[in-house]
Amino acid sequence: MKAILVTGRSLSQGMGLELGKFSETYYRSGTACEMNPEDMEELGLESGGFVKVTSDGGDVVLRAVEAVEEVPPGIIFIPYGPWVNLIMRSETHGTGMPSYKGIDVEVEAAEAIDIPGAKDLIEFTRR
Amino acid sequence: METVTSVVCPFCGCLCDDLEVTVQDGRVVNIEKGCAYSLTKFLNYHEERLTEPMVKKKGEHVAVGLDEAVERAAQILVKAIYPVLYGWSSTSSEAQCIGIELAEELGGVIDNTSTVCHGPTVEAFQEMGHAGCTLGQVKHRADLVIYWASNPLQSHLRHMSRYTIGAAGRWRKGRDDRTLVVVDVRKTYTARVADYFVQVEPNADYELMSALRMAVMHEEIEQEVVAGVPVEHIEELADLMIGCEFGVLFYGLGLTMSSGKNRNLDAAISMVRDLNSRTKFVMMPMRGHFNVSGANKTLLWQTGYPFAVDFSHGYPRYNPGVTSAVDILYRDESDAALIVSSDPLTNFPREAAESLARDPMIVVDPHRTVTAEMADVVIPSAYVGIECEGTAYRMDGVPLKMRKVVEPPDGCFSDEEILRRILEEVRRLKGGK
Repeated sequence: MKAILVTGRSLSQGMGLELGKFSETYYRSGTACEMNPEDMEELGLESGGFVKVTSDGGDVVLRAVEAVEEVPPGIIFIPYGPWVNLIMRSETHGTGMPSYKGIDVEVEAAEAIDIPGAKDLIEFTRR
Repeated sequence: METVTSVVCPFCGCLCDDLEVTVQDGRVVNIEKGCAYSLTKFLNYHEERLTEPMVKKKGEHVAVGLDEAVERAAQILVKAIYPVLYGWSSTSSEAQCIGIELAEELGGVIDNTSTVCHGPTVEAFQEMGHAGCTLGQVKHRADLVIYWASNPLQSHLRHMSRYTIGAAGRWRKGRDDRTLVVVDVRKTYTARVADYFVQVEPNADYELMSALRMAVMHEEIEQEVVAGVPVEHIEELADLMIGCEFGVLFYGLGLTMSSGKNRNLDAAISMVRDLNSRTKFVMMPMRGHFNVSGANKTLLWQTGYPFAVDFSHGYPRYNPGVTSAVDILYRDESDAALIVSSDPLTNFPREAAESLARDPMIVVDPHRTVTAEMADVVIPSAYVGIECEGTAYRMDGVPLKMRKVVEPPDGCFSDEEILRRILEEVRRLKGGK
């Protein structure tokens, strides 16, 4: 399914910043892909099911959840964090600012995986 | 047990300055008036706390004395040809000033976190100017409040109650005296309590603002729908904006991070300028980190530029897209990094984070972060606004003195003190003494 990805601050993500980048709160917020229930149904996803999000920068597997704050069909919301940054491009088009919002992505149901923690994720990117 | 009053919150750009913090046995035990973020920060800051300077030896962090950590940090920086000094938004302006001095001494680049948040805002403000005001003006006068691509009920939790919709001002007493408009791609919590919610398509803010400008100037819009919004709604919103006595446009990263970026801000500035020919209107970015505004201001008054300042030619140069941290890292040009109170390995896009992780890194931070875990030198500092004082700038540019409520752990100094020592050591090494 084609979708537009918007990243942003959520309450639990912001609290996770202060509880620590290795905290359960930060992990849970950053690994959640918030979706419209219609889109989840179309992909056959239950809440907590695994979903693969692919952009032109790569792909990442997260957990699909019904959006805390309503998103229209065709839009997914993922809180800021190293997980979604795996698929963000560093190209800034001469502005200094990467595009963290309004990104074209492909969303599909995925096999269950053990989603790595923040530190593992960064070490993974070094290899 | 002691209660400290008028404590300034070191979380977001609201810098709420009315907190009451109760301290017992050198530990914060209670907060009054704080939001969920304040509570989380004050009651948990000592968790995941760095307390000892560390240097990486044979791939492992080894605890060392502060002098050795400072010496190693200075050696890395002096050896580098093009170091990046990054972070700066969660520390004091006094520390930021020393950071600028250090960047100049090293011939490196100093960039702050606004480069990945409101960089396009400060860039557009510098190019075009803008109509602004203080939050006090908003509290007392604003009868129309717009949050565009901003969701303060998730990001700036007391903004609405202290300064806008719920604030009891001198001439505007509260919710009944004010109209709330939210423009967003999602129906956020803030949108749910708005009088008017305008759902804009992603990446179409520029189009919507251009249409609004036309409506404000009573020009005909030759479309039925613009950016997903029916034209009659756009005209209704324009009438509301023209009809207010004092309007304010607060906006968030939905404008700076999506298509258009600084051009979205050009459109916003132009729209507010147009509105000022009809009524009184101002605009203000919703700043995130508690002193990101200060990071822009200290750089601006010392170098002429608000972020992404490059000293490699011996004088300050500024060219976002070239001298900005993500671009430098993406091009793999840096050869060392000093990170102050920030965690760019979790905040930057993949290629930039990978590039940064390859550089020798020095981290000065009170918090255990992913970047600190990967750094070659880690120097724990005191939390500004909790364990040490310092100046911070609120989102409206008003400077406030951050208070100290508890002592830092033994051996942890302020960022200002640590950076001063690194600067002195850099000068000593460069002087060959």
